[in-house]
Amino acid sequence: MAIWRTGFLAAAAALGLGAGAARAEVTIEYWQYFFQARVTAMDQLIERFEAQNPGIKIVHTHFPYADYRTKVAAAIPAGEGPDVVQLFYGWLNDYVKAGLIQPLPTDRFDPARIEAEFFPMVRAMRIGEAFWALPTAVRALALFYNERLMQQAGIAAPPQTLDELVEMARKMTVVDGAGNVSTVGITTGMTAQDHHWLREVLIRQFGGAPYSDDYRTVTYNSDAGRAALAWYVALEQEHGVTRAGFMDEPQAAFRAGRAGFHIDGSFRIGALQGERGLRWGVAELPAGPDGTRSNYASYWVNAITSKAQGDKREAAAKFMEFITSDEAMQLWLEVVGELPAKPSAGTKAADDPVFGPFVRGLDYGHATIFADESGQRQIFVDMVNRILLEGASVADSLAAAAAAEQALLDRYYGASN
Amino acid sequence: MPLYRNLSIRQKQVAWAWGFLAVPVLFYVVIRFYPTGQAFVLAFMEWNLLGAKRWTGTDNFARLWADPVFWKVFGNTFVYLLIGTPVSLVLAFTVAFHLDRVRFMHGAIRALYFLPFMTSAVAMAWVWRWFYQPVPIGLFNNALAALGIPQVRFLNSTANALPSILAPAIWAGLGFQIIIFMAGLRAIPRSYYEAARIDGVSGWATLTRITLPLLRPTIVFLVVFSSIGFLRIFDHVFNMTTNDPGGPLNASKPMVLMIYQTAFSSFDMGYAAAQTVVLFVVLLAVSLLQLWLMRDRA
Repeated sequence: MAIWRTGFLAAAAALGLGAGAARAEVTIEYWQYFFQARVTAMDQLIERFEAQNPGIKIVHTHFPYADYRTKVAAAIPAGEGPDVVQLFYGWLNDYVKAGLIQPLPTDRFDPARIEAEFFPMVRAMRIGEAFWALPTAVRALALFYNERLMQQAGIAAPPQTLDELVEMARKMTVVDGAGNVSTVGITTGMTAQDHHWLREVLIRQFGGAPYSDDYRTVTYNSDAGRAALAWYVALEQEHGVTRAGFMDEPQAAFRAGRAGFHIDGSFRIGALQGERGLRWGVAELPAGPDGTRSNYASYWVNAITSKAQGDKREAAAKFMEFITSDEAMQLWLEVVGELPAKPSAGTKAADDPVFGPFVRGLDYGHATIFADESGQRQIFVDMVNRILLEGASVADSLAAAAAAEQALLDRYYGASN
Repeated sequence: MPLYRNLSIRQKQVAWAWGFLAVPVLFYVVIRFYPTGQAFVLAFMEWNLLGAKRWTGTDNFARLWADPVFWKVFGNTFVYLLIGTPVSLVLAFTVAFHLDRVRFMHGAIRALYFLPFMTSAVAMAWVWRWFYQPVPIGLFNNALAALGIPQVRFLNSTANALPSILAPAIWAGLGFQIIIFMAGLRAIPRSYYEAARIDGVSGWATLTRITLPLLRPTIVFLVVFSSIGFLRIFDHVFNMTTNDPGGPLNASKPMVLMIYQTAFSSFDMGYAAAQTVVLFVVLLAVSLLQLWLMRDRA
């Protein structure tokens, strides 16, 4: 019994001491979903931040992506969970409306300064007089090219325009004796990144705009929309330089060296770097008929939850300031391979042959404000399938997609406002 | 415990029985019935998993009724059922009927038929997905191309996608049905067959007058069991069409997949709950049909 009691007292003393020590500092929680490189980068950032701010301790929690939304939604209203939370930029509306996050304090996060310093698409995170969330890193699209296939076809440099793209893709396409394509000039697949390419890049390059400025009204059912969609489906139907679903997934075809061009995000770099025997390069997305450049950018942001109040709110704001600093962005680029969200932090990356084209794309990048990304993607997938599989006309299929997407947006904004 | 002591033996037995039964009853109430009830309530609400729930009355059902995708998916579900069940039963019976007479390597052959049933549906779906690809990676299309026959679009076709997905699903369930059929065949007394042979009855008559009628309980069980399986089909479809789930153009989408997408991609929980209620009613109808058929026999 005596041993029991001593042990108990010792434990109590230890706990008491621990609590005493903790009282002097503020502990805040940070949550993100699990992705090894992101977790490593965040651990390193927390280490640096804690060294600079001895009074603040950060507890870093991560769990699988599949549970993320549910857990965050359950924890914050219950007063548990994170003080600083990571979310996809497209979820901002939902989080604000549910009261899960609070605006960033304007003394530390001056909206005018942020708009001047960050890439333009980050403005989507501003609601009224304040920003609600900020990214550390952003992603953009670019054109990956297979150097070996280009050499074989006698192509010296990647395409600068859409016309050149078609011409070069034609030279790289290989068709076997039976008429079956065995190497595509360019990969296509609405289910991968092509729906972003069509939505934010091609439609704008043909002189249109996909949506109204607040992204609540579909405006692509226009001459520009029809021209863009017609150009896209012509790649397969007229020029024969691609096959939708070739080798199951576009990135698989490119990795296997069976595709000349491939449009994908900066997050694909890591996977391609490990690919043996594949010589590849990256170029900016080709310009449109009138020279217009455009890109689709997306990002994950961090925000302060409504749970953080008083000291914790102050500590959370300091931490947010740190993880959106140039220093943090540089580390994120090195560890995760994602592009800095500020041009000032991206100067080094802009000269890099691989990251450069992505960084340049950010200057003219658009971040679609999705109401339901997978739902809106599905509408584009179906739009192209109606043409390729069922022989629908470009105009009819585009009109049907516009109507379906408008209905989706109306339901989302009508129901929750 | 004077209260307990005053009970009769019979009452004590009842008390103990309920004491043990309390565990599964509690489990079912908390893990099954409570969420089921919640789903019914949720079907009349709107909820995106983050914000507050909002009553919308029968809006979700009205939307379902007017949603062309729902009717397409509802139809698909019954195509899976109406092709899947009879085809798999006829195949399973044919195999079982003949396997029953095979003596050579009987165990090994039976094991081979049963193997697909034990394989993970996910792994199987991905292997078949690659079989179905166009040239240069698809096994089937490469074989066709080698013979000079034009390629077939298996998965990337509104007409072929559903049958292409159904085929491995049938194959996967075949092993189980064969085993059940063989057990049913073994349970038929040999004396009936001997009597038939003495009377000089033909093989066809033996099959239709003796074997099939006496297999009725087995057939009823398998019909109901596989019907529920095909009505709930999900993993094969989802894994073979992950890029465009249930596609192309919803050609292969069953109800469970639509519910999954509505709930966990679009976060439209109320609408998904309404779809779940409809699926529940369909499954209930099938199950009641089962009870009715079984009673008829008893």
